[in-house]
Amino acid sequence: MALKASALKIGDTRKERVVENLSRTQIVQYAGASGDYNPLHTDEVYTTKVAGYPSTFAHGMLTMGLTGKVVTDYVGDGTLTKFGVRFTNQVWPGDTLDATATVTAIREDSGQHYVDLALSTVNQDGKEVMAGTATARIDP
Amino acid sequence: MAKITFPVEASHIMMFARAIGDTNPVYHDAAAAKQTEAGGIIAPPTFPQAVAQFDPDYHLRPKPGQKWFGSAKTPSGIEGKPASSGSLHAEHHYEYHRHLRPGDILTVETHQGEVWEKESKRAGKLTFRERITEYRDQAGDLVITVRSVGVTTERPVDQG
Repeated sequence: MALKASALKIGDTRKERVVENLSRTQIVQYAGASGDYNPLHTDEVYTTKVAGYPSTFAHGMLTMGLTGKVVTDYVGDGTLTKFGVRFTNQVWPGDTLDATATVTAIREDSGQHYVDLALSTVNQDGKEVMAGTATARIDP
Repeated sequence: MAKITFPVEASHIMMFARAIGDTNPVYHDAAAAKQTEAGGIIAPPTFPQAVAQFDPDYHLRPKPGQKWFGSAKTPSGIEGKPASSGSLHAEHHYEYHRHLRPGDILTVETHQGEVWEKESKRAGKLTFRERITEYRDQAGDLVITVRSVGVTTERPVDQG
């Protein structure tokens, strides 16, 4: 169901745990679905021995995809008009991520109502791994 | 850059939704999706990224007969040290005019945007490269625009 502008206020939040104990297999599953097979995400030997990282790590776009679920669960299906993020820290196998969407504005433009959201995804240590914003069409 | 043709298919949307852990029926159940405000199956917001599957030259997919830089008998299938520790994704911004549906046939074109540099304590010299990608549908209408920023680091990002 689409959100209603009349039922929203600035500061309203929606929070979900989007992944618990992220597996290397889910990262590989994302590689297969998206088509990005970068060894940094799929190949522990390459990533530790050649690239010099402690382990493989998630695609930024997997974190964005996981976070997208919180946004669409909140604003409804097919209503997003904008969704933009910055990746601030890497996401590793074993991480648990919580994503939060917070209402920052409820506005009207040419007769259409919109909600603006601030997004933040944090890991089990409270470290932010991704921050962003989204805008969706809502009902009056 | 060359234009890529990206056919949007229901089974691909289902696999992508599984990979991001999203069980919303609007991504896999046609009958249930019909009852939603979307009126049928749509693709998740980050699905446009799967255009990589349809780029014949995509450099992050192993190809028959070509050397792959990931591990096999040795930690890397190519000789020598890579020029950098690899490009990381810094930013990604979507603008949606409408959401994708199975049956859409998209034409996707990417052009380079700005390039800039920054010094970082955690990874040395950072080089940022912006790319703008436009997704047009079978009617020629612009449906999605993406602004993406990649960053190449001088050394692996310090986790301290």
